Amino acid sequence: MASIGTLARSGVRTGGRSHESNPASLVFLCLLWFSLAFGLLVLLALVVDTFVEGVGRLDGDLFTRYNSTVREETTGARAAILGTAWLMATTAVLAIPMGIAAALYFEEFADKRRWYNRLLEVNLQNLAAVPSVIYGLLAVAIMALLGFSNEGIVLGGAIALALLILPVIIITTREAVRAVPREIRDGSLALGATQWQTTWKQTLPSAVPGIATGTIIALSRAIGEAAPLLMLGVPLGILQDPNGVLSTFTALPLQIFQWTSQSQDAYKVAAAAAIIVLLAMVLLLNGLAIIIRNKFQRRW
Amino acid sequence: MTWRGTAVIRTSLRRLAAPSAVALSLAFALAACGGESGASTEGLSGDVKIDGSSTVFPLSNAATEFFKEDGAPDVNVTVGQSGTGGGFEAFCTGKTDISDASRPIKDDEEAPVCAENKVEYTELQVATDALTVVVHPDTPIDCITTEQLKKIWEPGAQGKVTNWNQVDPSFPDAELALFGPGTDSGTFDYFTDEINGEEGASRSDYEASEEDNVIVEGVANTPGGLGYFGYTYFEENADQLKALEVDSGDGCVAPSVETAQDGSYTPLARPLFIYVSNTAYGDKEQVAGFVDYYVENLTEIAEEAKFIALNDEQLAETNSQLDSLGG
Repeated sequence: MASIGTLARSGVRTGGRSHESNPASLVFLCLLWFSLAFGLLVLLALVVDTFVEGVGRLDGDLFTRYNSTVREETTGARAAILGTAWLMATTAVLAIPMGIAAALYFEEFADKRRWYNRLLEVNLQNLAAVPSVIYGLLAVAIMALLGFSNEGIVLGGAIALALLILPVIIITTREAVRAVPREIRDGSLALGATQWQTTWKQTLPSAVPGIATGTIIALSRAIGEAAPLLMLGVPLGILQDPNGVLSTFTALPLQIFQWTSQSQDAYKVAAAAAIIVLLAMVLLLNGLAIIIRNKFQRRW
Repeated sequence: MTWRGTAVIRTSLRRLAAPSAVALSLAFALAACGGESGASTEGLSGDVKIDGSSTVFPLSNAATEFFKEDGAPDVNVTVGQSGTGGGFEAFCTGKTDISDASRPIKDDEEAPVCAENKVEYTELQVATDALTVVVHPDTPIDCITTEQLKKIWEPGAQGKVTNWNQVDPSFPDAELALFGPGTDSGTFDYFTDEINGEEGASRSDYEASEEDNVIVEGVANTPGGLGYFGYTYFEENADQLKALEVDSGDGCVAPSVETAQDGSYTPLARPLFIYVSNTAYGDKEQVAGFVDYYVENLTEIAEEAKFIALNDEQLAETNSQLDSLGG
């Protein structure tokens, strides 16, 4: 106990934040540090391990060749990389306008005293917690209703992922819109603008940094999803490029999944390389979010 | 005739691109084979949809690779791996043209669905697999009888048979740690049918995984471990596992390419199939072209994809099935 006491005092001095000196809070502080370190170390170990294993296969073949079950050393993820790109673009086109529109409705137009608006609110909160597999099933149903016999196409995958990230986009957009100061709206309305003009010309542009950040982070979550795509029956043996929203495709998470389940070691190396590519794509999206945020940032 | 010229160019390009000598020699072999079937693949386009067993997936994917390289680059072949059951579900509702299967279609559950939707099909055996029973490398046992396997895996053994010496008094006093595929897999269906006498009947207190690599790891790292999976997974991990010989009454037989081909590795050598929709074969040129190509080059494709190729008799049977389909 004595040593903990000394530690506590020194901790307080160097930390400088709190003047707590009882052992309990010290233990708690240690736990916090441990959790943080644990999380970071595990992440670091995973990333380093994957990188060491896969870096040798980050070659031209990985990007230009299709998945081969014969030439394991030169198997490629071309169809999967292009498929993921198509999938992301289509998902963004579907989810972003809808998400922003829904959020604006909630924040700027909805009358919260109406029972249906409250019902929608509760629903929205719950949707964010639904497992991704369920969205896959939902997308299968939607595709069937739309009359597609083949669900495993870019549009089907995009519908599943758009549904998956829609709640996240709506919630983050609402936060961003709410953070726009009241005075801006009041000023605009006082000058005679209609509510529509105020929202479109003042509130929305001011909220762009927040919206972009939330949206892109939601998209980078969707990029790694495999479960809903499996529900859609997205195939793996695709030896041609996707060429539109109605073409069959495959995606990187599925390709990684397939390679890791093969018995040959060469496929595990290829899987590690594909994970690095996927990580790079996620980082790229996050970088884009930061650029947009900095470009549109306004201070009041 | 023009495509033959391009095939030569493509072959020499491939020499630059593919470092694998095996792939190269195959490319030449296939280019040579292509000569006779050239007319049927020329100028084909459109879609060929395949789904089904993940065990057969590498084979059908390999067939697709060679098919596209060998004269039909414009045919969009998609190969899924929803599992044998999931594959038949799509196949019998007319969603796919070809279904990969690691067991025959079920007469009581799946075939009626096909009949209801007027999907007529032809079964073609494309390769053989040897379900391999593996144990931890330190296990002092070399051979196991099918009765002993049944003793271990039958539903009645659940919670009771937990030690090797309960299976046979000559076996060591060591805890039995079981690993096997999950209930959705065709491998599970086949094994339970052959060993326990009823498809799907198995004890359930074992480590189940759809990932064969997990079973490999489990058995390799658990003393007293026993598991089963397809032959390829044993071959790739032969240094960390020990395959048991299986005795079905005619003596102990080790799983191998030869014993699976000549039929002596019984009852665990199993056929792998593709099911072809007769309508798709008749109506869609590209499906007919693909299936013809697949069967014509079956042996080379199977060997390249590391499957156990058919023996002459089975190959003749597959060819005659294809002929009855109108190929």
